[in-house]
Amino acid sequence: MIQFLINTLPFLWQGLLVTLAVSGLVVASSLVSGVLFGVGLVYGRWWIAWPIRVYSDILRGTPLIVLIFLIIYGLPLVGIDFGNYASAVIALAAFKTAHVAEIARGAIQSIHFGQTDAGKAIGLTFRQRLQYVIMPQAVRRFLPPWINAVADAVKGSALVSLAGIVDLTLATQQVIGRTYDPLPMYLLAAAMYFAINYSLSMASRRLESRFAYVRE
Amino acid sequence: MAYHFNFNFVWRYADKLYWGLVLSLEIALVSILIGMVIGLALALAYTGGGRLTKTAVSAYVEFIRNVPLLLLVYLVFYGIPSAGGFAYDAKTSFVATLAIYSGAYLVEVFRAGLDAIPKGLVDAGKAIGLTPWQRFLYVRAPMMFRIVLPSLSNVYVSLFKDTSLAYVIAVPELTYGANWIKTNTFRVIEVWLVVWPMYLVTCYALIYGLRILERRFSLVRR
Repeated sequence: MIQFLINTLPFLWQGLLVTLAVSGLVVASSLVSGVLFGVGLVYGRWWIAWPIRVYSDILRGTPLIVLIFLIIYGLPLVGIDFGNYASAVIALAAFKTAHVAEIARGAIQSIHFGQTDAGKAIGLTFRQRLQYVIMPQAVRRFLPPWINAVADAVKGSALVSLAGIVDLTLATQQVIGRTYDPLPMYLLAAAMYFAINYSLSMASRRLESRFAYVRE
Repeated sequence: MAYHFNFNFVWRYADKLYWGLVLSLEIALVSILIGMVIGLALALAYTGGGRLTKTAVSAYVEFIRNVPLLLLVYLVFYGIPSAGGFAYDAKTSFVATLAIYSGAYLVEVFRAGLDAIPKGLVDAGKAIGLTPWQRFLYVRAPMMFRIVLPSLSNVYVSLFKDTSLAYVIAVPELTYGANWIKTNTFRVIEVWLVVWPMYLVTCYALIYGLRILERRFSLVRR
């Protein structure tokens, strides 16, 4: 048993690192683009808000695995070939961007319009209103659902194994290919995913209760 | 250098995509029906149960919600039979996985629905002498189903999208059909360009249809 663990754990560790790297890249890039899109959805003119709305609705209506294959096979068609790893990360990030944009939109819209009016009344510019009035309040509404989205990104990253990227899921399968004993390995991988995601959802819950006092 | 699109191969095997889509919808429907039974039973157990029941239900919900669905699919199809020395076919295995998966999400949905029922209504049921079973059947259940209907349709639509994972264990649904055509004709991008709108249109048709249903049954008539 000990020997078995010593033999397999390095493989799983490598896989876990890939899973964390993919999730980290996806979470970081989708945070930036998602918040920008969310602001665009709320404050943008129609020629900004409308394309974002279409983008978000199309991506959220597509199964993630279909999106991954579309980007892996579709990008080379227009002359861009990043390879499977980058393409899969782009697919996951594009998908997550749509979700983060909706979370950001919800958070911004949950701030009472009186706050904007008050900002206007004391002569703040749009940027100042966003920076000093809206965003500090909206971030409390944004964080808890966003952390759930992060946990979702970690779970979604398991799909990159279907594109041949050796993440935790594929590393587990490769080990099983050698040992022919699937149940303990799958349970071990499940426990690893659980450890990451459960701590994230605990953080989300703690934040939620901490921010619960801002209720009109 | 330019790529020549050729959709003829996709149309030739269109029946694989059509029946795949039908199977996807079927799998999602059967799974959510079983998931609803699991969800409702556990939600009732949770609201009425002691500490041990509550812990057990939470453990189930937290485990399922924090592990990738893909891993659960592998775990149920490859992992569990290997320990028990028995086997089941891929479709059964996937439906079971999706039912267990949706059950965990539906527990939360039903629990919120049960909590949202005004306490006065249940008390009124007690006051006119309804038994607990009658109170559930005539007071709590009809209210709860109307409250949770929007969440149920969200879960159904997202389950429909999740059926795309069934191709990894060779259940012949839409994504499997797409992969079959891909490997047999090498018309890779054409296949995905056809399958993508199929998912998209079906998703929005489902959302639109379920909205009508929700409006028909919603508590506040508009």
